[in-house]
Amino acid sequence: MREVSVLIGGKAGDGINSAGAMVAQLLNHLGYHIYLYFDYPSLIRGGHNFAVIRGAEQSVGTCRDTVDFVLALSQETVSLHREQMHVGTAIVFNADLVKSDGQGISVKSVLTVEKAPGIMGNSAIIGGFAKAAGIDWEIVEAVFRSHIPKGVELNLKVAQCAYEQLVTAHQIERCSNTPLPLLTGNEAIGLGLVRGGLDAYVSYPMTPSSSLLHFLAEQKEKFGITVVHPENEIAVILMALGFAYGGKRAAVGTSGGGFCLMTEGVSLAGMAEFPLVLVVSQRTGPSTGLPTYTGQSELLFVLHAGQGEFPRLIVAPGDAQEALVWSAIAMDIAWKYQVPAFILPDKTLSEGTYSVDTAGLPAQITGSVPLWDGNPSYHRYADTLSGISPLALPGTKDAVVKVNSYAHDESGYTTEEADMVSRMTEKRLRKWEGLIAEMNGYPQVNILGSAGAPGTLLCWGSTKGVCSEVAVELGLRLVQPVVLSPFPVAQLKKALEGTKKLICVEENATAQLATLTEQHGIIADKKIMRYDGRPFTYESLLAKVRKAVS
Amino acid sequence: MTGRALITDVQNTWCPGCGNFSLQHTLKNILTEMENEGRSLDNVVLVSGIGCHAKMADYLNINSFYSLHGRTIPVATGIRLANPDLTVICCCGDGDCYAEGLDHLIFAAKRNIDITVLVHNNRVYGLTTGQYTPTSPLGFRGKSTPTGTAEFPLNPIELMLASGATYVARGYTKKMDQLKTLIRNGIAHRGFAFVDVLQICATFFPAADYYTPRVYDLADHDPASFDRACAKAREWDYNSDARIPLGLFYQATFPGFDERMATQGMAAELREKAIRDLLESRI
Repeated sequence: MREVSVLIGGKAGDGINSAGAMVAQLLNHLGYHIYLYFDYPSLIRGGHNFAVIRGAEQSVGTCRDTVDFVLALSQETVSLHREQMHVGTAIVFNADLVKSDGQGISVKSVLTVEKAPGIMGNSAIIGGFAKAAGIDWEIVEAVFRSHIPKGVELNLKVAQCAYEQLVTAHQIERCSNTPLPLLTGNEAIGLGLVRGGLDAYVSYPMTPSSSLLHFLAEQKEKFGITVVHPENEIAVILMALGFAYGGKRAAVGTSGGGFCLMTEGVSLAGMAEFPLVLVVSQRTGPSTGLPTYTGQSELLFVLHAGQGEFPRLIVAPGDAQEALVWSAIAMDIAWKYQVPAFILPDKTLSEGTYSVDTAGLPAQITGSVPLWDGNPSYHRYADTLSGISPLALPGTKDAVVKVNSYAHDESGYTTEEADMVSRMTEKRLRKWEGLIAEMNGYPQVNILGSAGAPGTLLCWGSTKGVCSEVAVELGLRLVQPVVLSPFPVAQLKKALEGTKKLICVEENATAQLATLTEQHGIIADKKIMRYDGRPFTYESLLAKVRKAVS
Repeated sequence: MTGRALITDVQNTWCPGCGNFSLQHTLKNILTEMENEGRSLDNVVLVSGIGCHAKMADYLNINSFYSLHGRTIPVATGIRLANPDLTVICCCGDGDCYAEGLDHLIFAAKRNIDITVLVHNNRVYGLTTGQYTPTSPLGFRGKSTPTGTAEFPLNPIELMLASGATYVARGYTKKMDQLKTLIRNGIAHRGFAFVDVLQICATFFPAADYYTPRVYDLADHDPASFDRACAKAREWDYNSDARIPLGLFYQATFPGFDERMATQGMAAELREKAIRDLLESRI
């Protein structure tokens, strides 16, 4: 597979993420599929930030240990990433700040010559990279024109000045793929929610979910949605339930700590039967943990969060493409079954950038919500065969819509009467059966790698990308359940048929998916865990899996 | 639905002599008047918390959201933002709204969201059988504070003025005519309306003998003056022995959160086009 990796690093505040996005677009326009990983500590200025942009002929969702280009805006970028360089790695650096082998550009001089402000300094580095990589100027110009919102002419001059100073060190060959939209996982979730009919997004900032709040807030007029940032996560979920009661499709977003505050609202959604989508983007825990690093330790928390028993949907997309598709499905299911539906990404997915092929995107989901037919006397919790009670919204003529956090009767009045409590519990739980049947109509479990191989990797969420490459390399099968509640036991067992050795790969310390599969009689032979906040890289996982299968 | 029976058949479990009956009667009269004026009660939503006050949701035959303890206001905010045609009334308790959900109260005032908040302020937790609340007087002996509380009460009127509420009033369940006027005008007020209702708890804090001789009507007060409102708010601090002013302390007109936050919805096809345009821009 033809591929190239570029690392760009600097201090926090240097605009590494946006410079990385420009590099990604250059590779996109050379016909590569993209994965961008952004690594930054939890501070605003000064610390070391870096992005690794990997372009490959086929779709990718992970980084390699070694890189072909290093773009250094700080001395640390060269010193900290020395081990990732190979003999042919081309270094382009800001000669004002960095001493290194490779090709230096005096960014200050370029800016002085072009009379450009300091903020345009990264364009010099991008221009220098383009030349070092042998990228045609036409492509550089096209990418700048599409992706620089302000001052494109001057930015181009800055880039060209640097472009002309350098020589090609490592020619990146073109691939035949058509350039695709590049989206972060959070952007893909946001677009998926909008495609699922989102009316309101309510969220309190918390990394790594904040970029979803920022994205939707910026696009709210374009999509006709309301975006609210309330006083805390308790208000977030209760406000969202207020939207749902008023008939608006609402979603909330947070990470583990914020989700702790939301759990009383999750239970309320279960009891009062509210449709709601919750995006819980995982980071390293427990507690404040590592705010800007990844983890997969909230699966069992989200599965069990909230007192009492009630049905819920949990989906864990493996990349931006899946996030786009499954976020819309989650919204649809939430409203069809009047249940909370969770989307469970992690930092790697939320803040990673991926190529998204929209050609095969299913049509926008309009959703079939069972509505009250207007017959006299509305009962919000009518005890139906499916357990789903037809919806009426407050403001509907002749409907008194009473929702209740207490145990209640069909009309929504509080009850402590034993038979009624049992009946309504059974009504709510009956929704599970329909939900299971409905979800079985979806491909809930992905099979990648060598489909019939006796050695199988089992993973969930963002490790899909790295696991699939390892599976291909070692001739293994990769099985990735996207839906985790209701647990797709039939599809999973089918996907695992013929497996002789099952290796579970997770970014947590206790193998939460393996714990869950064990309850359904699926026992992992080996478990490979990582819990230092960093995603598995291809090489590190390859070595561990190789050892596990031997 | 017109001419509906406004009181439901649900068995009422408030104690005899409970101040909640006065509030229920007042709300029923207000709803009847609204209906007589040609307004549909289908567009009225009651949000209640958890506590004795909250049973109002079961006892009034209107749309209701029986929420969690302390969580009336965020729910009401969401409902109002979802549908500006709805009139949203929150019945909260003092433990409910001044303890568990105080952050929401302050933010609702700060945002000037167009909802009406009635605090059934009986200054004691009734349903959990008698503990102090944020407005219980210093030294209050409750089940969790058998030797008396060691903290001063909050003055919610002062707190609401400081937080930006645009309609701040205090009523008393034994002054029902005035109470009705205060709540009605609060509902009619465009913006955040707050009514602290002194309510006796027949079982755990039967304070009528304290309130009745001390209360007086703020008849000559100018509610447009914030400074005078603050002075009147401090006349009684919910602790010291003083005259207790009842009525409207403050009223002002400012654009509400719901008006400022409103975003126009969009047809599905236009949205899909907006999504496609955005995807295109990411190539």
